[in-house]
Amino acid sequence: MSQPIHEPHETSPTMDGLIALAEQRLLRPGGLAAGDLERVFAQLMGPSIDAADLYFQHSRSESWALEDGIVKEGHHSIEQGVGVRAIAGERTGFAYSDEIVLPQLVEAARAARAIAHGGNGAGRPLALRDARALYPPVDPIESLDNADKIAVLREIDAYCRAQDPRVSQVVVSIAAALDTVLVAASSGTLAADVRPLVRFNVQVIVERNGRREQGHAGGGGRFDYRELLANGKPQAWAREAVRQALVNLEAVDAPAGTMTVVLGPGWPGVLLHEAIGHGLEGDFNRKGTSAFAGRMGQRVASGLVTVVDDGTLPGRRGSLSVDDEGTPSACTTLIENGVLAGYMQDTMNARLMGMQPTGNGRRESFAHLPMPRMTNTYMRAGESDPEEILRSVKRGLYAVNFGGGQVDITNGKFVFSASEAYLIEDGKVTRPVKGATLVGSGPEVLTRVSMVGNDLALDEGVGVCGKDGQSVPVGVGQPTLRVDGMTVGGTAA
Amino acid sequence: MNAVTAKQDSSAGELDRLAELAEDVIRRCRAAGASQAEVAASIDTGLSVSVRLGEVETVERTRDRGFGITVYFGQRKGSASTADLQPDSIEASIRQACAIARYTEEDPAAGLADAALMAREFPELDLWHPWDIDVERASALGVEIEDAGRAVPRISNSEGAAVQAGETLAVYANSHGFVGRERGTRHMLSCALIAEDDAGMQRDYWYDTVRAAADFMPAAELGRKAAERTVARLGAQRLTTRQCPVLFVPEVARSLVGHLVSAVSGGALYRKASFLLDHAGRQVLPPFVDIVERPHLARGHGSTAFDAEGVATRESPLVAGGVLQRYVLGSYSARKLGLASTANAGGIHNLVVAPGSDDFAALLQRMGTGLVVTEVMGQGVSIVTGDYSRGAAGFWVENGEIAYPVEEITIAANLRDMFAGIVAVGRDVDPRSHILTGSILVERMTVAGE
Repeated sequence: MSQPIHEPHETSPTMDGLIALAEQRLLRPGGLAAGDLERVFAQLMGPSIDAADLYFQHSRSESWALEDGIVKEGHHSIEQGVGVRAIAGERTGFAYSDEIVLPQLVEAARAARAIAHGGNGAGRPLALRDARALYPPVDPIESLDNADKIAVLREIDAYCRAQDPRVSQVVVSIAAALDTVLVAASSGTLAADVRPLVRFNVQVIVERNGRREQGHAGGGGRFDYRELLANGKPQAWAREAVRQALVNLEAVDAPAGTMTVVLGPGWPGVLLHEAIGHGLEGDFNRKGTSAFAGRMGQRVASGLVTVVDDGTLPGRRGSLSVDDEGTPSACTTLIENGVLAGYMQDTMNARLMGMQPTGNGRRESFAHLPMPRMTNTYMRAGESDPEEILRSVKRGLYAVNFGGGQVDITNGKFVFSASEAYLIEDGKVTRPVKGATLVGSGPEVLTRVSMVGNDLALDEGVGVCGKDGQSVPVGVGQPTLRVDGMTVGGTAA
Repeated sequence: MNAVTAKQDSSAGELDRLAELAEDVIRRCRAAGASQAEVAASIDTGLSVSVRLGEVETVERTRDRGFGITVYFGQRKGSASTADLQPDSIEASIRQACAIARYTEEDPAAGLADAALMAREFPELDLWHPWDIDVERASALGVEIEDAGRAVPRISNSEGAAVQAGETLAVYANSHGFVGRERGTRHMLSCALIAEDDAGMQRDYWYDTVRAAADFMPAAELGRKAAERTVARLGAQRLTTRQCPVLFVPEVARSLVGHLVSAVSGGALYRKASFLLDHAGRQVLPPFVDIVERPHLARGHGSTAFDAEGVATRESPLVAGGVLQRYVLGSYSARKLGLASTANAGGIHNLVVAPGSDDFAALLQRMGTGLVVTEVMGQGVSIVTGDYSRGAAGFWVENGEIAYPVEEITIAANLRDMFAGIVAVGRDVDPRSHILTGSILVERMTVAGE
């Protein structure tokens, strides 16, 4: 489960270099230059507009998939355009175009600013926003020959099947994307980012006496295919997928009811994402619709608990050198020793709440509005030995892997679904149990954390977070945790 | 000429241009050596206005385009897509799709659907009703919805109301010479409110979605319904762990029908990733349950004359007398299974669960004591094994009467047993989806709580 955090890349591009790359990829094809953007702001700004921004984006992505022993699918996609936003008070006007040329930009600007009355701003001259790059501006699609991509898929298919004769189906896929963005804002911010993202997935189905179970594993991050596939990582994911599926073949019905739950390190950190992460996004707190609204400075967790949202980890899937509003990402402490310490903000919500942006302004694409979103959300390590945590439990559930989760921000109720779990009996991990959904209450669950392990791990780089219909890549992590009392949704008495 | 006619004219012309582009791209793919090619192209335009606490919050004008190309070089396949229709992007996509097909491997099941299956008749499905609404009127409508909701006692805050108007133009064309054009509109009203008492806040919402704005429920009624649902959640309790009957309201019941569709869909079957493998001709639901696919319903949310491969759709039973009549197949999965396409490439096109005789109140009486589920949370459903375990909220019912709201519980069972254990289907059909079902009463599930 554990994976070391990447070392910073040696060849850090400068913001000047990134801007030049972005101009070349985004503006020049339509006959635009950075200087033209001030003309668009002249259209966009006025006495009634507080803030405005332009978000130029070019994305290129590909995926390859093997199934039934055949590499049968390959797909390439291109997406480009510009989003234009104007803000007056709490009002936002938004329009976009998939043609990056001046007339379309001016038209989008006119549509976006039509919302405005009230407000007080005028634009400032654009100036470079400096930020350290957390990943190299490489095109991962070009980092490997197509023939080599095919070879990897075939190799992993054969590798999975060689692990165990009960493996009956293998689906393997790899995917890569390169996102180039340029942000210009009326605050004067001019920033660019070139964001690689790769991902590997393997899913197996095993079959024994008519019973079928599945297992899956994978990983990824902001680097190229060579790094993704290095050091036997795909083989390790393949072994993990087969292992999980075989464990599930032995699984008995999960228990039902409230019990002590020990969560494993890494991906089970999806607990934090659902239980407290969303509830600490600025928009819900500005509007007073979060169960955490107005609770800053209050105790919301055991004193053992410190949780951060950290967009600055080099190479991680959830990391950003600058967010989609050009704000450099940050490490924001959300809960410090059990006390609520901070919100995640974009510029609009920060301004309306009189706070500072935290580099959490994100959007799925130029065709979507930015909002406060998580990056990599994790709990810092504690002092307990994971073995000692398990030994401390008389009867309970040990959940080591999960599917996704969901939360109701307003009442704080959240769920997340275990895909690999075991019974704990008299301090020992015994039988595997079937997947079950765990439910809890965000503002309460972390008060019941009674032990925190010393084994912090981040996930492997596969997380996707959805909010208001927008998906963005994220990371989660945590050490082994003991939670005294969570509801486990099994079927066994 | 009035505004509506003008709009229809321009959309028809735009659809023709999209179709010409699709045919041109197919010719270019063939010229590049592809033995078969297909294109799916669409243009979505819309206006979305949201209001909150009586003021406009966001105004979004949307225009999303998609152009997807698939080429076959014999049995090898490649695909590419672009979100803009500029010549450079189209050209790059043709090149990429062809390049990819040089690396993918021979797949005996690959290729277009059979030419003989292509749709030849295009019945008028009454799907095109542009909503001529501007920002001012959309804002006023949003405020009317939200005001009606905020007027309900104990509503303390709002996430706002939204008004959305949308139009889709879509073309599917392939190298059999098939060109299918579709125009459809889809509009939505929604409202999400917050109520508060000493125990904390609760949120709930309601929405309506229609093909023609004239079919919307009255705006104020929508706001009030959102408010009443929200207030009804105040004072929610937990339950102790137990087994009991569960009544799924229609908007949740349709997710159960969705799980059935997933389990009998070609992709899950040929991968042997379904708990309903080899179940065609077998009893999967009780004998009183009939489910029919009706792709030509006027103004239907899933109505279409042809599927995502151009195959003609037609009315066809899925379940009769509780017995599974067929699978849900596109041509690819059909070939993998040695069967014929059921015109379900891209999914199901209106599924109608025959309504029973009970309304919701009668279903409560019939259940007696048990759980009404109004919301399910999380992804705890495995189509491979049928294991079902999800977070839930709703109401505890005693002697046919709603006793109190409940939350922070799970409901669990195996889908196979849930399907076999359906006791009744209501006549309270929710019209807002391509899956049309009333409430579904399931005999017994495990509820986990305190």
